[in-house]
Amino acid sequence: MFSKEYLFKKVAFSSATLILIILVSIFVMLFISAKPAIEKYGFNFLTDSSWNKTVETKVPLTPQEIKAKKSSKQKINTEEDDSLFADDTPVLGGDEASDNEDSNFNIITKNIFGGFVPIIGTILSALIAMAFSIPIAMGIAVFLSEIAPDFLIKPVGTAIELLAAIPSIIYGMWGLFYFAPLVQKVFGGSQISLLTAGLVLGVMILPFMAAITRDSMNTTPDVLKESAYALGATKYEVVKDVIFPYAKVGIIGSIILSLGRALGETMAVAFLIGSVFKIPHNLTDPTISIPVVLANNFGEASGDMMSSLFFLAFVLFVFSFFTIGIAKFYFLRGRR
Amino acid sequence: MAKELIMDIKDFSFKYAGAPKPSLVDINLPIYRNKVTAMIGPSGCGKSTLLRALNRIHDLYPGNEYKGEINLLNLETDNFENLLEIKKENEFIALRQRVGMIFQKPTPFPMSIFDNVAYGLKLAGIKDKNIVQEKVENALKGSAIWDEVKDRLKESAMGLSGGQQQRLCIARAVALKPEILLLDEPTSALDPISTGAIEELVSELKKDISIVIVTHNMQQASRLSDYTAFMYIGKLIEYNKTDKIFLNPQEKLTEDYVTGRFG
Repeated sequence: MFSKEYLFKKVAFSSATLILIILVSIFVMLFISAKPAIEKYGFNFLTDSSWNKTVETKVPLTPQEIKAKKSSKQKINTEEDDSLFADDTPVLGGDEASDNEDSNFNIITKNIFGGFVPIIGTILSALIAMAFSIPIAMGIAVFLSEIAPDFLIKPVGTAIELLAAIPSIIYGMWGLFYFAPLVQKVFGGSQISLLTAGLVLGVMILPFMAAITRDSMNTTPDVLKESAYALGATKYEVVKDVIFPYAKVGIIGSIILSLGRALGETMAVAFLIGSVFKIPHNLTDPTISIPVVLANNFGEASGDMMSSLFFLAFVLFVFSFFTIGIAKFYFLRGRR
Repeated sequence: MAKELIMDIKDFSFKYAGAPKPSLVDINLPIYRNKVTAMIGPSGCGKSTLLRALNRIHDLYPGNEYKGEINLLNLETDNFENLLEIKKENEFIALRQRVGMIFQKPTPFPMSIFDNVAYGLKLAGIKDKNIVQEKVENALKGSAIWDEVKDRLKESAMGLSGGQQQRLCIARAVALKPEILLLDEPTSALDPISTGAIEELVSELKKDISIVIVTHNMQQASRLSDYTAFMYIGKLIEYNKTDKIFLNPQEKLTEDYVTGRFG
Protein backbone atom coordinates (compact mmCIF):
# COMPACT_ATOMS: atom_id res chain seq x y z
CA MET A 1 0.00 0.00 0.00
CA PHE A 2 2.42 2.67 1.19
CA SER A 3 5.21 1.88 -1.15
CA LYS A 4 8.31 4.05 -1.24
CA GLU A 5 7.15 5.37 -4.57
CA TYR A 6 3.87 6.54 -3.07
CA LEU A 7 5.56 8.07 -0.05
CA PHE A 8 8.11 9.83 -2.19
CA LYS A 9 5.41 11.35 -4.35
CA LYS A 10 3.44 12.52 -1.33
CA VAL A 11 6.48 14.09 0.33
CA ALA A 12 7.46 15.93 -2.82
CA PHE A 13 3.89 17.06 -3.37
CA SER A 14 3.43 18.36 0.15
CA SER A 15 6.74 20.22 0.04
CA ALA A 16 5.59 21.94 -3.12
CA THR A 17 2.19 22.70 -1.64
CA LEU A 18 3.71 24.07 1.56
CA ILE A 19 5.48 26.88 -0.22
CA LEU A 20 2.27 27.86 -1.96
CA ILE A 21 0.38 27.84 1.35
CA ILE A 22 3.04 30.03 2.97
CA LEU A 23 2.92 32.49 0.11
CA VAL A 24 -0.86 32.75 0.14
CA SER A 25 -1.04 33.01 3.92
CA ILE A 26 1.47 35.86 3.97
CA PHE A 27 -0.58 37.64 1.36
CA VAL A 28 -3.83 37.12 3.25
CA MET A 29 -2.33 38.11 6.60
CA LEU A 30 -0.88 41.32 5.17
CA PHE A 31 -4.16 42.15 3.50
CA ILE A 32 -6.27 41.58 6.62
CA SER A 33 -3.93 43.62 8.82
CA ALA A 34 -3.79 46.40 6.26
CA LYS A 35 -7.53 46.40 5.67
CA PRO A 36 -8.44 49.30 8.01
CA ALA A 37 -5.89 51.53 6.26
CA ILE A 38 -6.91 50.31 2.82
CA GLU A 39 -10.55 51.14 3.55
CA LYS A 40 -9.68 54.49 5.04
CA TYR A 41 -7.15 55.81 2.52
CA GLY A 42 -7.66 53.65 -0.54
CA PHE A 43 -5.47 54.46 -3.51
CA ASN A 44 -4.73 57.92 -2.13
CA PHE A 45 -2.33 56.17 0.21
CA LEU A 46 -0.02 55.53 -2.73
CA THR A 47 0.16 59.18 -3.76
CA ASP A 48 -0.14 60.94 -0.42
CA SER A 49 3.18 62.15 0.90
CA SER A 50 2.13 62.94 4.46
CA TRP A 51 2.90 60.42 7.16
CA ASN A 52 1.40 60.69 10.61
CA LYS A 53 0.29 64.27 9.95
CA THR A 54 -2.32 65.80 12.20
CA VAL A 55 -5.11 67.38 10.28
CA GLU A 56 -7.85 69.50 11.75
CA THR A 57 -11.21 69.86 10.14
CA LYS A 58 -14.12 72.01 11.23
CA VAL A 59 -17.51 70.44 11.39
CA PRO A 60 -20.53 72.64 12.19
CA LEU A 61 -22.28 71.78 15.41
CA THR A 62 -25.88 70.86 15.56
CA PRO A 63 -28.02 73.09 17.77
CA GLN A 64 -28.39 70.33 20.35
CA GLU A 65 -24.65 69.98 20.58
CA ILE A 66 -24.20 73.71 21.11
CA LYS A 67 -26.56 73.52 23.99
CA ALA A 68 -24.86 70.55 25.50
CA LYS A 69 -21.49 72.18 25.07
CA LYS A 70 -22.46 75.33 26.85
CA SER A 71 -23.92 73.45 29.77
CA SER A 72 -20.82 71.34 30.35
CA LYS A 73 -17.84 73.47 29.38
CA GLN A 74 -15.82 72.31 32.32
CA LYS A 75 -16.15 68.71 31.39
CA ILE A 76 -15.08 69.24 27.82
CA ASN A 77 -11.91 70.96 28.91
CA THR A 78 -10.76 67.92 30.81
CA GLU A 79 -11.58 65.75 27.89
CA GLU A 80 -9.42 67.97 25.74
CA ASP A 81 -6.49 67.37 28.04
CA ASP A 82 -6.95 63.69 27.61
CA SER A 83 -6.91 64.06 23.89
CA LEU A 84 -3.50 65.70 24.02
CA PHE A 85 -2.06 62.58 25.50
CA ALA A 86 -3.89 60.46 23.09
CA ASP A 87 -2.60 62.38 20.10
CA ASP A 88 -0.30 59.65 18.94
CA THR A 89 -3.09 57.17 18.73
CA PRO A 90 -5.28 58.35 15.92
CA VAL A 91 -8.79 59.20 16.74
CA LEU A 92 -11.07 56.92 14.91
CA GLY A 93 -14.40 58.60 15.36
CA GLY A 94 -12.95 62.08 15.26
CA ASP A 95 -15.68 63.32 17.57
CA GLU A 96 -13.55 65.19 20.04
CA ALA A 97 -14.31 68.80 20.31
CA SER A 98 -11.98 71.49 21.56
CA ASP A 99 -12.79 74.89 22.81
CA ASN A 100 -12.48 77.31 19.96
CA GLU A 101 -13.16 80.98 19.39
CA ASP A 102 -15.75 79.83 16.95
CA SER A 103 -17.73 77.68 19.31
CA ASN A 104 -20.24 76.79 16.66
CA PHE A 105 -17.78 74.36 15.11
CA ASN A 106 -16.43 71.05 16.19
CA ILE A 107 -12.69 70.72 15.53
CA ILE A 108 -11.85 67.19 14.53
CA THR A 109 -8.21 66.11 14.61
CA LYS A 110 -7.02 63.01 12.93
CA ASN A 111 -3.70 61.60 11.80
CA ILE A 112 -3.27 61.03 8.10
CA PHE A 113 -0.99 58.38 6.70
CA GLY A 114 0.29 58.28 3.14
CA GLY A 115 2.92 55.99 1.70
CA PHE A 116 4.22 58.04 -1.21
CA VAL A 117 7.58 58.99 0.29
CA PRO A 118 8.72 55.50 1.29
CA ILE A 119 7.36 54.03 -1.95
CA ILE A 120 9.33 56.54 -3.99
CA GLY A 121 12.37 56.06 -1.75
CA THR A 122 12.24 52.30 -2.24
CA ILE A 123 11.90 52.50 -6.00
CA LEU A 124 14.57 55.16 -6.43
CA SER A 125 17.12 53.47 -4.19
CA ALA A 126 16.56 50.17 -6.00
CA LEU A 127 16.89 51.88 -9.38
CA ILE A 128 20.15 53.58 -8.37
CA ALA A 129 21.42 50.23 -7.13
CA MET A 130 20.53 48.54 -10.43
CA ALA A 131 22.00 51.31 -12.55
CA PHE A 132 25.23 51.05 -10.59
CA SER A 133 25.52 47.28 -10.37
CA ILE A 134 24.26 45.91 -13.70
CA PRO A 135 27.13 47.20 -15.89
CA ILE A 136 29.78 46.27 -13.33
CA ALA A 137 28.27 42.82 -12.72
CA MET A 138 28.19 42.16 -16.46
CA GLY A 139 31.81 43.23 -16.72
CA ILE A 140 32.85 40.91 -13.90
CA ALA A 141 30.90 38.02 -15.40
CA VAL A 142 32.33 38.49 -18.88
CA PHE A 143 35.82 38.74 -17.46
CA LEU A 144 35.45 35.60 -15.38
CA SER A 145 33.78 33.47 -18.02
CA GLU A 146 35.65 34.58 -21.13
CA ILE A 147 38.73 36.68 -20.54
CA ALA A 148 40.40 35.82 -17.24
CA PRO A 149 43.40 33.48 -17.36
CA ASP A 150 42.91 30.18 -15.58
CA PHE A 151 44.91 31.08 -12.49
CA LEU A 152 42.62 34.07 -11.81
CA ILE A 153 39.24 32.43 -12.36
CA LYS A 154 39.18 30.41 -9.15
CA PRO A 155 40.38 33.05 -6.64
CA VAL A 156 38.35 35.91 -8.10
CA GLY A 157 35.26 33.73 -8.42
CA THR A 158 35.57 32.56 -4.83
CA ALA A 159 36.10 36.12 -3.59
CA ILE A 160 32.89 37.17 -5.29
CA GLU A 161 30.94 34.32 -3.76
CA LEU A 162 32.31 35.28 -0.33
CA LEU A 163 31.31 38.91 -0.84
CA ALA A 164 27.77 37.76 -1.54
CA ALA A 165 27.69 36.09 1.87
CA ILE A 166 28.54 39.18 3.95
CA PRO A 167 25.62 40.17 6.22
CA SER A 168 23.93 43.37 5.14
CA ILE A 169 24.51 45.18 8.42
CA ILE A 170 28.23 45.08 7.72
CA TYR A 171 27.63 46.76 4.38
CA GLY A 172 25.56 49.33 6.27
CA MET A 173 28.35 50.10 8.73
CA TRP A 174 31.00 50.21 6.05
CA GLY A 175 28.74 52.44 4.00
CA LEU A 176 28.06 54.82 6.86
CA PHE A 177 31.63 55.25 8.06
CA TYR A 178 33.67 55.02 4.89
CA PHE A 179 31.51 55.19 1.84
CA ALA A 180 29.13 58.00 2.82
CA PRO A 181 31.88 60.62 3.32
CA LEU A 182 33.32 59.62 -0.02
CA VAL A 183 29.96 59.98 -1.77
CA GLN A 184 29.55 63.39 -0.14
CA LYS A 185 32.99 64.45 -1.32
CA VAL A 186 32.22 63.47 -4.89
CA PHE A 187 28.56 64.41 -5.24
CA GLY A 188 28.02 66.95 -2.45
CA GLY A 189 24.77 67.02 -0.49
CA SER A 190 24.40 65.14 2.74
CA GLN A 191 26.29 62.03 3.71
CA ILE A 192 23.26 59.95 4.42
CA SER A 193 21.13 60.19 1.36
CA LEU A 194 19.21 58.36 -1.28
CA LEU A 195 22.34 58.18 -3.41
CA THR A 196 24.52 56.69 -0.68
CA ALA A 197 21.87 54.12 0.16
CA GLY A 198 21.40 53.24 -3.51
CA LEU A 199 25.11 52.88 -4.17
CA VAL A 200 25.73 50.70 -1.12
CA LEU A 201 22.72 48.60 -2.13
CA GLY A 202 24.36 48.32 -5.54
CA VAL A 203 27.62 47.15 -3.99
CA MET A 204 25.66 44.65 -1.93
CA ILE A 205 23.84 43.01 -4.81
CA LEU A 206 26.82 43.23 -7.15
CA PRO A 207 28.57 39.95 -6.20
CA PHE A 208 25.29 38.09 -6.21
CA MET A 209 24.38 39.32 -9.67
CA ALA A 210 27.88 38.76 -11.03
CA ALA A 211 28.05 35.19 -9.73
CA ILE A 212 24.73 34.11 -11.23
CA THR A 213 25.45 35.90 -14.51
CA ARG A 214 28.83 34.19 -14.76
CA ASP A 215 27.25 30.82 -14.11
CA SER A 216 24.68 31.29 -16.82
CA MET A 217 27.30 32.54 -19.27
CA ASN A 218 29.33 29.44 -18.54
CA THR A 219 26.45 27.29 -19.75
CA THR A 220 27.01 28.50 -23.32
CA PRO A 221 28.27 25.42 -25.18
CA ASP A 222 31.89 25.69 -26.30
CA VAL A 223 30.97 24.52 -29.77
CA LEU A 224 28.58 27.44 -30.19
CA LYS A 225 31.31 29.90 -29.30
CA GLU A 226 33.75 28.04 -31.55
CA SER A 227 31.40 28.23 -34.48
CA ALA A 228 31.16 31.99 -34.05
CA TYR A 229 34.96 32.24 -33.87
CA ALA A 230 35.11 30.01 -36.94
CA LEU A 231 33.12 32.65 -38.83
CA GLY A 232 35.72 35.21 -37.91
CA ALA A 233 34.16 36.74 -34.82
CA THR A 234 36.25 38.55 -32.24
CA LYS A 235 35.90 37.90 -28.52
CA TYR A 236 33.74 40.98 -28.11
CA GLU A 237 31.44 39.88 -30.93
CA VAL A 238 31.14 36.39 -29.50
CA VAL A 239 30.20 37.79 -26.09
CA LYS A 240 27.72 40.25 -27.55
CA ASP A 241 26.07 38.10 -30.21
CA VAL A 242 26.32 34.56 -28.89
CA ILE A 243 26.92 34.43 -25.15
CA PHE A 244 24.58 37.23 -24.08
CA PRO A 245 21.63 36.04 -26.18
CA TYR A 246 22.23 32.45 -25.14
CA ALA A 247 22.49 33.26 -21.44
CA LYS A 248 19.79 35.93 -21.57
CA VAL A 249 17.26 34.15 -19.40
CA GLY A 250 19.81 33.43 -16.69
CA ILE A 251 21.12 36.98 -16.77
CA ILE A 252 17.66 38.49 -16.53
CA GLY A 253 16.95 36.07 -13.71
CA SER A 254 20.00 37.26 -11.81
CA ILE A 255 18.96 40.88 -12.30
CA ILE A 256 15.45 40.19 -11.06
CA LEU A 257 16.64 38.30 -8.01
CA SER A 258 18.99 41.16 -7.21
CA LEU A 259 16.20 43.67 -7.71
CA GLY A 260 14.09 41.72 -5.26
CA ARG A 261 16.91 41.85 -2.77
CA ALA A 262 17.41 45.58 -3.31
CA LEU A 263 13.71 46.31 -2.83
CA GLY A 264 13.51 44.46 0.45
CA GLU A 265 16.87 45.33 1.96
CA THR A 266 16.38 46.86 5.39
CA MET A 267 19.45 47.07 7.56
CA ALA A 268 22.00 48.62 5.22
CA VAL A 269 19.45 51.10 3.94
CA ALA A 270 18.31 52.02 7.45
CA PHE A 271 21.87 53.09 8.19
CA LEU A 272 22.21 55.19 5.10
CA ILE A 273 19.00 56.61 3.74
CA GLY A 274 18.38 59.16 6.50
CA SER A 275 14.90 58.07 7.64
CA VAL A 276 13.11 61.33 7.00
CA PHE A 277 9.67 61.54 5.45
CA LYS A 278 10.56 63.97 2.73
CA ILE A 279 10.38 63.61 -1.00
CA PRO A 280 13.96 63.83 -2.25
CA HIS A 281 14.46 66.66 -4.73
CA ASN A 282 18.06 65.71 -5.35
CA LEU A 283 19.65 62.30 -5.35
CA THR A 284 21.77 63.52 -2.45
CA ASP A 285 18.75 64.30 -0.25
CA PRO A 286 17.87 61.98 2.59
CA THR A 287 14.56 60.14 2.42
CA ILE A 288 13.14 56.80 3.55
CA SER A 289 12.19 53.44 2.11
CA ILE A 290 9.39 51.01 2.93
CA PRO A 291 11.46 48.40 4.83
CA VAL A 292 13.07 51.17 6.89
CA VAL A 293 9.68 52.65 7.81
CA LEU A 294 8.54 49.22 8.89
CA ALA A 295 11.64 48.48 10.93
CA ASN A 296 11.64 51.89 12.63
CA ASN A 297 7.95 52.13 13.50
CA PHE A 298 6.52 48.75 14.31
CA GLY A 299 7.76 48.90 17.87
CA GLU A 300 5.43 51.65 19.03
CA ALA A 301 2.73 51.52 16.40
CA SER A 302 -0.94 50.91 17.02
CA GLY A 303 -4.27 51.72 15.44
CA ASP A 304 -4.13 53.59 12.15
CA MET A 305 -0.36 53.63 12.09
CA MET A 306 -0.20 49.89 12.53
CA SER A 307 -2.59 49.21 9.70
CA SER A 308 -0.79 51.80 7.57
CA LEU A 309 2.47 49.98 8.16
CA PHE A 310 0.80 46.78 7.08
CA PHE A 311 -0.51 48.60 4.05
CA LEU A 312 3.07 49.59 3.19
CA ALA A 313 4.23 46.02 3.69
CA PHE A 314 1.40 44.88 1.47
CA VAL A 315 2.44 47.37 -1.21
CA LEU A 316 6.03 46.12 -1.04
CA PHE A 317 4.88 42.52 -1.26
CA VAL A 318 2.64 43.13 -4.25
CA PHE A 319 5.27 45.27 -5.92
CA SER A 320 8.07 42.71 -5.58
CA PHE A 321 5.72 39.93 -6.52
CA PHE A 322 4.60 41.63 -9.70
CA THR A 323 8.06 42.83 -10.70
CA ILE A 324 9.35 39.29 -10.54
CA GLY A 325 6.17 37.78 -11.95
CA ILE A 326 6.00 40.05 -14.97
CA ALA A 327 9.70 39.76 -15.73
CA LYS A 328 9.58 35.98 -15.40
CA PHE A 329 6.48 35.67 -17.52
CA TYR A 330 7.83 38.00 -20.17
CA PHE A 331 11.27 36.45 -20.51
CA LEU A 332 10.27 32.83 -20.12
CA ARG A 333 7.69 33.28 -22.81
CA GLY A 334 10.41 34.72 -25.04
CA ARG A 335 12.46 31.59 -24.41
CA ARG A 336 9.86 29.19 -25.79
CA MET B 1 54.13 22.71 -55.10
CA ALA B 2 51.55 21.70 -57.57
CA LYS B 3 48.91 24.23 -58.52
CA GLU B 4 46.01 21.90 -57.85
CA LEU B 5 46.88 21.92 -54.19
CA ILE B 6 45.09 24.38 -51.93
CA MET B 7 46.70 23.30 -48.70
CA ASP B 8 49.84 21.41 -47.90
CA ILE B 9 50.53 20.04 -44.44
CA LYS B 10 54.20 19.33 -43.82
CA ASP B 11 55.83 17.53 -40.89
CA PHE B 12 53.05 18.78 -38.70
CA SER B 13 53.04 17.89 -35.00
CA PHE B 14 50.61 19.11 -32.38
CA LYS B 15 50.60 18.90 -28.60
CA TYR B 16 47.68 19.97 -26.40
CA ALA B 17 48.40 22.27 -23.47
CA GLY B 18 49.55 20.20 -20.52
CA ALA B 19 49.52 16.90 -22.43
CA PRO B 20 52.58 14.70 -21.87
CA LYS B 21 52.76 13.47 -25.48
CA PRO B 22 51.93 15.10 -28.79
CA SER B 23 48.55 14.16 -30.24
CA LEU B 24 49.74 14.42 -33.83
CA VAL B 25 53.17 13.41 -35.08
CA ASP B 26 54.80 14.30 -38.40
CA ILE B 27 51.69 14.58 -40.52
CA ASN B 28 52.27 15.12 -44.24
CA LEU B 29 49.05 15.60 -46.13
CA PRO B 30 48.11 17.46 -49.31
CA ILE B 31 44.62 18.92 -49.73
CA TYR B 32 43.55 19.20 -53.37
CA ARG B 33 41.58 22.05 -54.71
CA ASN B 34 37.85 21.49 -55.31
CA LYS B 35 38.09 17.94 -54.11
CA VAL B 36 36.71 16.24 -51.04
CA THR B 37 39.36 14.87 -48.71
CA ALA B 38 38.10 12.48 -46.04
CA MET B 39 39.91 11.73 -42.80
CA ILE B 40 39.02 8.40 -41.24
CA GLY B 41 40.29 6.45 -38.28
CA PRO B 42 39.18 5.10 -34.92
CA SER B 43 38.20 7.44 -32.09
CA GLY B 44 41.12 9.27 -30.57
CA CYS B 45 43.32 8.91 -33.65
CA GLY B 46 43.68 12.69 -33.95
CA LYS B 47 41.61 13.35 -37.06
CA SER B 48 39.48 16.02 -35.40
CA THR B 49 42.57 17.51 -33.79
CA LEU B 50 44.17 17.82 -37.20
CA LEU B 51 41.04 19.34 -38.69
CA ARG B 52 40.84 21.92 -35.91
CA ALA B 53 44.43 22.92 -36.58
CA LEU B 54 43.60 23.85 -40.16
CA ASN B 55 41.79 27.04 -39.13
CA ARG B 56 43.70 27.40 -35.85
CA ILE B 57 40.52 27.08 -33.79
CA HIS B 58 42.78 25.38 -31.23
CA ASP B 59 44.15 28.83 -30.47
CA LEU B 60 41.00 29.75 -28.55
CA TYR B 61 42.54 27.75 -25.73
CA PRO B 62 46.02 28.84 -24.74
CA GLY B 63 49.13 26.71 -24.44
CA ASN B 64 48.89 24.34 -27.40
CA GLU B 65 52.11 23.68 -29.31
CA TYR B 66 52.50 23.44 -33.06
CA LYS B 67 55.44 22.20 -35.08
CA GLY B 68 55.95 21.99 -38.83
CA GLU B 69 54.03 23.81 -41.52
CA ILE B 70 50.48 24.12 -42.75
CA ASN B 71 50.68 25.97 -46.03
CA LEU B 72 47.57 27.58 -47.43
CA LEU B 73 47.40 28.84 -51.01
CA ASN B 74 46.85 32.55 -51.26
CA LEU B 75 44.58 32.85 -54.30
CA GLU B 76 45.63 36.42 -55.00
CA THR B 77 49.37 35.98 -55.01
CA ASP B 78 49.35 32.27 -55.93
CA ASN B 79 51.86 31.65 -53.16
CA PHE B 80 51.59 29.32 -50.22
CA GLU B 81 51.65 30.90 -46.79
CA ASN B 82 52.27 29.04 -43.56
CA LEU B 83 49.21 29.59 -41.42
CA LEU B 84 51.05 28.49 -38.30
CA GLU B 85 52.89 31.79 -38.39
CA ILE B 86 49.72 33.76 -37.77
CA LYS B 87 49.80 35.72 -34.53
CA LYS B 88 47.56 38.77 -34.83
CA GLU B 89 43.85 38.65 -34.21
CA ASN B 90 42.87 40.23 -37.52
CA GLU B 91 44.92 37.61 -39.36
CA PHE B 92 43.08 34.89 -37.45
CA ILE B 93 39.79 36.42 -38.47
CA ALA B 94 40.87 36.54 -42.11
CA LEU B 95 42.04 32.92 -41.92
CA ARG B 96 38.77 31.74 -40.45
CA GLN B 97 36.82 33.52 -43.12
CA ARG B 98 38.88 31.69 -45.74
CA VAL B 99 38.71 28.35 -43.94
CA GLY B 100 35.17 27.73 -42.72
CA MET B 101 34.14 25.05 -40.26
CA ILE B 102 31.08 22.93 -39.54
CA PHE B 103 30.80 21.09 -36.26
CA GLN B 104 29.51 17.74 -35.14
CA LYS B 105 26.34 19.18 -33.68
CA PRO B 106 24.38 21.90 -35.43
CA THR B 107 25.23 25.24 -33.86
CA PRO B 108 22.59 27.79 -34.83
CA PHE B 109 23.03 31.08 -33.01
CA PRO B 110 20.14 32.29 -30.85
CA MET B 111 18.81 34.62 -33.55
CA SER B 112 16.60 34.46 -36.62
CA ILE B 113 17.32 32.22 -39.62
CA PHE B 114 18.20 35.22 -41.76
CA ASP B 115 20.45 36.77 -39.12
CA ASN B 116 22.27 33.48 -38.66
CA VAL B 117 23.41 33.49 -42.27
CA ALA B 118 23.92 37.24 -42.34
CA TYR B 119 26.03 37.11 -39.19
CA GLY B 120 29.29 36.12 -40.86
CA LEU B 121 28.72 38.76 -43.54
CA LYS B 122 28.15 41.35 -40.86
CA LEU B 123 31.39 40.30 -39.18
CA ALA B 124 33.17 40.59 -42.50
CA GLY B 125 32.03 44.21 -42.62
CA ILE B 126 29.41 43.96 -45.37
CA LYS B 127 26.84 46.58 -44.50
CA ASP B 128 24.85 47.12 -47.71
CA LYS B 129 21.45 45.59 -47.03
CA ASN B 130 20.81 44.59 -50.64
CA ILE B 131 24.12 42.78 -50.92
CA VAL B 132 23.54 41.01 -47.61
CA GLN B 133 20.04 40.03 -48.71
CA GLU B 134 21.36 38.64 -51.98
CA LYS B 135 24.24 36.75 -50.41
CA VAL B 136 22.04 35.23 -47.73
CA GLU B 137 19.57 34.09 -50.35
CA ASN B 138 22.30 32.60 -52.53
CA ALA B 139 23.89 30.84 -49.58
CA LEU B 140 20.56 29.36 -48.50
CA LYS B 141 19.83 28.24 -52.07
CA GLY B 142 23.31 26.83 -52.42
CA SER B 143 22.83 24.88 -49.22
CA ALA B 144 19.57 23.33 -50.38
CA ILE B 145 17.52 24.80 -47.59
CA TRP B 146 16.00 27.87 -49.26
CA ASP B 147 12.68 26.23 -50.13
CA GLU B 148 12.18 25.10 -46.56
CA VAL B 149 12.92 28.41 -44.88
CA LYS B 150 12.10 31.14 -47.37
CA ASP B 151 8.77 31.90 -45.70
CA ARG B 152 10.14 31.97 -42.16
CA LEU B 153 13.43 33.83 -42.42
CA LYS B 154 12.48 36.02 -39.48
CA GLU B 155 11.76 33.09 -37.17
CA SER B 156 14.27 31.78 -34.65
CA ALA B 157 16.73 29.26 -36.05
CA MET B 158 16.25 27.19 -32.90
CA GLY B 159 12.89 26.02 -34.27
CA LEU B 160 14.41 24.16 -37.24
CA SER B 161 15.00 20.42 -37.22
CA GLY B 162 18.52 19.09 -36.61
CA GLY B 163 19.16 18.45 -40.29
CA GLN B 164 17.86 21.86 -41.28
CA GLN B 165 19.98 23.49 -38.59
CA GLN B 166 23.07 21.76 -39.92
CA ARG B 167 22.35 22.91 -43.48
CA LEU B 168 21.76 26.39 -42.10
CA CYS B 169 25.19 26.25 -40.49
CA ILE B 170 26.67 25.21 -43.83
CA ALA B 171 24.84 28.09 -45.49
CA ARG B 172 26.26 30.40 -42.85
CA ALA B 173 29.79 29.23 -43.63
CA VAL B 174 29.24 29.19 -47.40
CA ALA B 175 27.91 32.76 -47.39
CA LEU B 176 31.46 33.92 -46.68
CA LYS B 177 32.70 32.13 -49.82
CA PRO B 178 35.47 30.26 -48.03
CA GLU B 179 38.21 28.53 -49.99
CA ILE B 180 38.14 25.49 -47.74
CA LEU B 181 35.32 24.08 -45.68
CA LEU B 182 36.17 21.83 -42.74
CA LEU B 183 33.45 19.40 -41.72
CA ASP B 184 33.87 17.70 -38.36
CA GLU B 185 31.59 14.64 -38.44
CA PRO B 186 28.77 16.81 -39.74
CA THR B 187 26.17 14.06 -39.87
CA SER B 188 26.87 12.10 -36.71
CA ALA B 189 23.98 13.76 -34.86
CA LEU B 190 21.52 13.46 -37.76
CA ASP B 191 19.01 10.92 -39.02
CA PRO B 192 19.63 9.06 -42.33
CA ILE B 193 17.43 11.37 -44.43
CA SER B 194 19.13 14.54 -43.17
CA THR B 195 22.47 12.78 -43.62
CA GLY B 196 21.58 12.11 -47.25
CA ALA B 197 20.69 15.76 -47.77
CA ILE B 198 24.00 16.90 -46.29
CA GLU B 199 25.99 14.44 -48.39
CA GLU B 200 24.28 15.61 -51.54
CA LEU B 201 25.05 19.15 -50.54
CA VAL B 202 28.72 18.37 -49.99
CA SER B 203 29.14 16.90 -53.47
CA GLU B 204 27.39 19.98 -54.82
CA LEU B 205 29.59 22.38 -52.88
CA LYS B 206 32.90 20.96 -54.05
CA LYS B 207 32.46 22.70 -57.38
CA ASP B 208 33.47 25.92 -55.67
CA ILE B 209 34.99 24.90 -52.39
CA SER B 210 37.66 22.44 -51.31
CA ILE B 211 36.32 20.23 -48.57
CA VAL B 212 37.95 18.33 -45.74
CA ILE B 213 35.62 16.01 -43.90
CA VAL B 214 36.21 13.97 -40.77
CA THR B 215 33.92 11.00 -40.52
CA HIS B 216 33.37 7.83 -38.57
CA ASN B 217 31.24 6.43 -41.28
CA MET B 218 33.32 4.59 -43.86
CA GLN B 219 30.48 4.35 -46.36
CA GLN B 220 30.18 8.09 -46.16
CA ALA B 221 33.89 8.52 -46.80
CA SER B 222 33.82 6.18 -49.79
CA ARG B 223 30.67 7.78 -51.21
CA LEU B 224 31.72 11.36 -50.80
CA SER B 225 35.44 11.76 -51.01
CA ASP B 226 38.03 11.88 -53.75
CA TYR B 227 40.95 11.36 -51.41
CA THR B 228 41.09 9.59 -48.09
CA ALA B 229 43.56 9.79 -45.25
CA PHE B 230 43.62 7.01 -42.68
CA MET B 231 44.95 8.00 -39.29
CA TYR B 232 45.81 5.94 -36.27
CA ILE B 233 47.05 7.12 -32.85
CA GLY B 234 48.27 10.49 -33.99
CA LYS B 235 49.93 9.29 -37.18
CA LEU B 236 48.90 9.40 -40.78
CA ILE B 237 49.06 5.75 -41.81
CA GLU B 238 48.00 5.99 -45.41
CA TYR B 239 46.83 8.61 -47.84
CA ASN B 240 45.61 8.01 -51.36
CA LYS B 241 42.73 8.28 -53.76
CA THR B 242 39.60 7.03 -52.04
CA ASP B 243 39.05 3.98 -54.23
CA LYS B 244 42.65 2.89 -53.70
CA ILE B 245 42.28 3.17 -49.93
CA PHE B 246 39.09 1.18 -49.88
CA LEU B 247 39.83 -1.35 -52.59
CA ASN B 248 43.55 -1.76 -52.52
CA PRO B 249 45.12 -0.45 -49.32
CA GLN B 250 48.88 -0.71 -49.04
CA GLU B 251 49.05 -0.96 -45.27
CA LYS B 252 47.78 -3.86 -43.21
CA LEU B 253 46.34 -1.47 -40.61
CA THR B 254 44.33 0.39 -43.23
CA GLU B 255 42.99 -2.82 -44.64
CA ASP B 256 41.94 -4.03 -41.20
CA TYR B 257 40.17 -0.78 -40.52
CA VAL B 258 38.32 -0.36 -43.81
CA THR B 259 37.20 -3.97 -43.77
CA GLY B 260 35.83 -3.47 -40.28
CA ARG B 261 38.20 -5.78 -38.46
CA PHE B 262 38.81 -3.13 -35.79
CA GLY B 263 37.84 0.40 -34.91
